[in-house]
Amino acid sequence: MTRLATREAMEAGQDEVQRRGRGLGWMSLGLGVAQLAAPETVRRISGVDDSSTSRAVVPLVGARELVHAAGLLTSRRKGIWVWTRVVGDAMDLASLGIAIARRDGRRRRRLVGVTGAVVGIAVVDLLTAVQASRSKRAGSVRAARSSRQGGSMELTATTTIRKPAPEVYAFWRDLDNLPTFMAHLEEVRATGDRTSHWSASAPFGKNVEWDAEILDEATGERIAWRSTGNADVPNAGTVRFVPAPDGVSTEVHVVLSYDIPGGAVGKAVAKYFGEEPHQQLDDDLRRLKQVLETGQVVRSEGAPWGKRARKEFPQRPAQPLSDSEFAKGADA
Amino acid sequence: MRANTWAGRNKVKVRDVPDPRLLNDRDAVVRITSTAICGSDLHLVDGYVPTMQDGDVMGHEFMGEVIEVGRGVDPGRLRVGDRVVVPFPIACGACGACAADLYSCCENSNPNAGIAEKMFGHPVAGIFGYSHLTGGFAGGQAQYARVPFADVGPLKIESDLTDEQVLFLSDILPTGYMGAEMCDIQPTDVVAVWGAGPVGQFAMDSARVLGAAKVIAIDKEPYRLQMAERAGHTTVNFEEVDVRSRLLELTGGRGPDKCIDAVGMEASHGSMPLYAYDRVKQAVRSETERPHALRQAILSCRSGGIVSVIGVYGGFLDKFPAGAWMNRALTLRTGQCHVQRYMKPLLERIERGEIDPTRVITHTLPLDEAERGFEIFKNKRENCEKVVLKP
Repeated sequence: MTRLATREAMEAGQDEVQRRGRGLGWMSLGLGVAQLAAPETVRRISGVDDSSTSRAVVPLVGARELVHAAGLLTSRRKGIWVWTRVVGDAMDLASLGIAIARRDGRRRRRLVGVTGAVVGIAVVDLLTAVQASRSKRAGSVRAARSSRQGGSMELTATTTIRKPAPEVYAFWRDLDNLPTFMAHLEEVRATGDRTSHWSASAPFGKNVEWDAEILDEATGERIAWRSTGNADVPNAGTVRFVPAPDGVSTEVHVVLSYDIPGGAVGKAVAKYFGEEPHQQLDDDLRRLKQVLETGQVVRSEGAPWGKRARKEFPQRPAQPLSDSEFAKGADA
Repeated sequence: MRANTWAGRNKVKVRDVPDPRLLNDRDAVVRITSTAICGSDLHLVDGYVPTMQDGDVMGHEFMGEVIEVGRGVDPGRLRVGDRVVVPFPIACGACGACAADLYSCCENSNPNAGIAEKMFGHPVAGIFGYSHLTGGFAGGQAQYARVPFADVGPLKIESDLTDEQVLFLSDILPTGYMGAEMCDIQPTDVVAVWGAGPVGQFAMDSARVLGAAKVIAIDKEPYRLQMAERAGHTTVNFEEVDVRSRLLELTGGRGPDKCIDAVGMEASHGSMPLYAYDRVKQAVRSETERPHALRQAILSCRSGGIVSVIGVYGGFLDKFPAGAWMNRALTLRTGQCHVQRYMKPLLERIERGEIDPTRVITHTLPLDEAERGFEIFKNKRENCEKVVLKP
């Protein structure tokens, strides 16, 4: 339903990690097969064909390489699997070090050559692993939490409501209605024909308030707005109301964008949106649909507080509420 | 009030819980006069449906008297004092799915739609007492229940039919009927039904009512097969004979024209190695189903036939015979029952005496003995077919 637009550079970084991870996977596969299929050749080239320990070690290393290969070639989570390669490199370098210390002459030269190659591979592994971990962090909104710079975030969501477009438009255009289905909004008050004052509730961190103005609207079709003045979290949004093919319903398409600042407010915003910011907007639109189609946000014993049922799991058990629990309400 | 609750895997417990209250304007509260244990409750108790929590009130087959209605309920539709059967899917009656009569896919009735959407791709309706994945609604194995969208679902019973005659309109009779209806039955059809539990029995009766030439029941419990036989259906005991060859024999080598899977995710037998394969995979959660009945139905069905699935599946299954399905032009149809669609017409069939739902009841117990009810039903003791509970 929704899409989180992230910076292109970040996506490019993730693509790079995927590509390099796959390359390393194929290398592991080649090495693993060689070590298992022709262990004698591998031992000779490496200069360890004089030791009986290596007869056991080489196929074991080969088997380990196949595990790396399987992980790197089949999993999207290349980061973890590249780190396993880094650990493997460390083990290999340790064994090679021991082997070098015990040999001299031609075998020692071969071992030094092999060690050089492994060091080169280890550097590539390490760089890829670090990059993978970084781009993964940047991929979630946690980036805003850990960085001081903040950033911008764009969310889109859509739903279909079985009501005609003018009715859905009118409900949204009466901005006071927004808090009935948008979880983070405490109150929206019209202050003029096109201006309004918004306040967001506690989960946003501290009391966040801002003024907004409608930039552009087409009755029954579209509303676009943005925050004005010194908003803590500058934001803008567009909602379009498009008649659905069934001739009865309306498709609601929403785009929201936030300029998430650095510092404490940025941290609070990032924490509020968590790792799945699009889920929040999806749920907001689900509640809009419930309100327009059924009259109210739907409640169950497990999730009795309507839009305040924010912490989804674990819920309270699906059994009736006691009088005191009901009296205490959502904040209990 | 007293209510039967989920208390962990393989454990139910009747305990005292608060009385229900109205939470939405279109809610009603019903004083329950009869309720039942459903085969799908066993999937919850066996731990195969995620998001159950200790203390969840179970039960989705119930009926009783309306004792309170919210201010949003149209008095022309429902009033205090009405005697009602409550359908197990909670449906708003206003969304696109409800408008298309797809009540069990209601787009508004599940407050936990986000979770259901992750699991199933799109959300499904809320269901009473059936995990938090389907909304976290308290169920009906209790003295009272809150019923959302009370102006949409509950069916008023205005004749003097007994509870036992109408209770199963809440789930198993419409579910069995929909299984047969999805088969698009022709007068020449042989219909085979896997599973002779209560839903299977009603699928058989419905297939006959809809005009099937012959109905075959497949199970391993002699008492369940005898029950089907007494109702006039042909029986196949899969522990005694090879199902495929017996079905070929019974159909002149064509295979049944229509096949109904009334078993679902915990199929209990078949070939031993295959059963062991699925049992192990299910135990380590690398597949969530033991789909033996479904596989056998697909492989047995005649080319161009319909396989109708009303047994419950929750996740992912292995070794789905896609080759047989595709190359032999089979149609696979399924769904949680859209109960609201069938309640009225089926009530009329009961009134006309075409279907006798009481024939599956083997046990009637007080609500406080729910634990024992689950035990005998699950382990098929005391020839248990269907347990009705009286609060």
